[in-house]
Amino acid sequence: MDMKRDYYEDIQLLDSKVLWFWFLMLIASLIVFPFLAPNYYIYMANYMAIHVIVTVGLNILVGYTGQISLGHAGFFAIGAYGTVLLMTVLHLPFLLAILLAGFIAAFFGFILGLPALRLEGPYLAIATLGFGMAITQVIGRWQVFGGRMGMEAPSPSFGAYVLESDRQLYFLIVTIAFLLVLAARNLMKTRVGRAFIAIRDSDIAAETMGVNLTFYKTLAFAVSAFYAGIAGGLMAFLLGFINPSTFNFILSIYFLAFVIVGGLGSIFGSITGITVPWEHIDNVFREVDEYYRTSQYRKHNIRPDCYSARCV
Amino acid sequence: MFFQLIVSGISFGSLYALVALAMVIIYKTSEVPNFGQGEMSMLSTFVAYTLLVTHGHSFAVSFIGALLFAAILGIFLEFVFLRRAKDPNILSLILITLGFQMILYGLASWKWGADQRDLPFPVSDFDVINLGPAVISYLNIATLLITLILMLLLFVFFKYTKIGVAMKATQQNAMAARINGIRTNRILSITWAMSSAIGAVAGILLAPIATLDPNLMLDPLLKGFAAAVLGGMTTLVGAALGGYMLGVIENLFGGYISLEFKSVVAFGIIVLVLCFKPSGLFAKHYVRKV
Repeated sequence: MDMKRDYYEDIQLLDSKVLWFWFLMLIASLIVFPFLAPNYYIYMANYMAIHVIVTVGLNILVGYTGQISLGHAGFFAIGAYGTVLLMTVLHLPFLLAILLAGFIAAFFGFILGLPALRLEGPYLAIATLGFGMAITQVIGRWQVFGGRMGMEAPSPSFGAYVLESDRQLYFLIVTIAFLLVLAARNLMKTRVGRAFIAIRDSDIAAETMGVNLTFYKTLAFAVSAFYAGIAGGLMAFLLGFINPSTFNFILSIYFLAFVIVGGLGSIFGSITGITVPWEHIDNVFREVDEYYRTSQYRKHNIRPDCYSARCV
Repeated sequence: MFFQLIVSGISFGSLYALVALAMVIIYKTSEVPNFGQGEMSMLSTFVAYTLLVTHGHSFAVSFIGALLFAAILGIFLEFVFLRRAKDPNILSLILITLGFQMILYGLASWKWGADQRDLPFPVSDFDVINLGPAVISYLNIATLLITLILMLLLFVFFKYTKIGVAMKATQQNAMAARINGIRTNRILSITWAMSSAIGAVAGILLAPIATLDPNLMLDPLLKGFAAAVLGGMTTLVGAALGGYMLGVIENLFGGYISLEFKSVVAFGIIVLVLCFKPSGLFAKHYVRKV
């Protein structure tokens, strides 16, 4: 039954009627959820959906292409500030602004991808880390970006219809997250996705097979940064207020931790990687191997401490 | 002005050099970039503070106590977490050390709070001696001297002692070292203890200049890491030189071009160096085989 007979069977989204049923159920439950759940849970769902976007994007880079990025908070910040500035200064409609901000982030991703052509392992980690720190520093010092005080994000609106409550935002955020996750899943089934995976498994072998390393490595960074940028823009809407300390170094680590906990090279894993720590389901992870368990444990233990410290 | 900038650059650079050394010692033997380094030395500095201020011991006792604590902490972390990882790849190793960083940061915030404290240091930062056109404080001199002595000791250690040579052997080929009767696990423990102790020295020397709070080592750690990358992650001398260079370049940039973007410049340099000479300025370049 599971045998794939041709290429189109391999790349189709859902390969059985049962899966189609569950897929439609998922969509239905996502639509019904905000009408049943209390407000706080909707806020949490928004928060999670945004992190799903970043994590799926980061997984394209880390899990599928085999690069390391400790600077994704930087792209997140570029997306957030880009969206807010495009809306307040140029008065663009929010969908256009968020898309443009995503492309700006992608451009920076492309630039960061250039040194990545020559670096790997810890060297790449420190280069991306430096990038993330530099972005936060520059934003914090430059008055255009509101400096340390941060700036207020306008509410997104379609003409006269303003999206203000968490419930209204939910539909925007979850729709975008849903589309982006589907896009990521499909991207991995194309020529581009296969090139990414080949680079992860062995970049030299991939190159000899005719994969253009320069193009695909920078593309992976750009795509990943695009996801982070879009998520950043949505985060600005959700929080209503952004300042540089939102996008610190620890956030980049969390992103990476989500990817690892969920599983490298798995889109679905990235989604569960977010939800599990937030929902505090420890015992599910009993059977997972040692390493995953310790990293999971660590995050639970430290999160409240870190947050309290940051609040002080 | 120029001379003054260089002098204070060198004194800051020696702290970066210490952090870089601590990092390189671990990286050389076990190929782990230790992101938890900064928090390990921050915690040790807090231990020194507690011994000194809360318990009223003398500075020498507190200093040695902190070093001992650092060594034990290093051994503990390596033994409990890193050794348990099952055939780890580079990403999971980085994540484990980032986990140390978060645990220790949380621990320090919980135990000592986010208040800014002052570590009383026997050498003053305000008494200075004139050095031609520049002035240098006693604290800076002490920092320089301690760093130089430590480096000399390390050099002798790696060159002439049995354990030092065994460490080098473990780094070059762990399997062969083990066959020759070197207990590589024990060597790893010693490595972590040494590295952690050196980091603690850096933390204690830094505390009087900065303020002692859980964020003490965040910036120096990254700068030290950057220095190590600059000089080459596989050479001790290179890492130390990288630390001094970074300190001086950063200070000159801060003095002449822009004080605001002083801390960004370090990362700019790193990215440039990495683009043109990926294994660092002073290291031999190894080509990876397929």
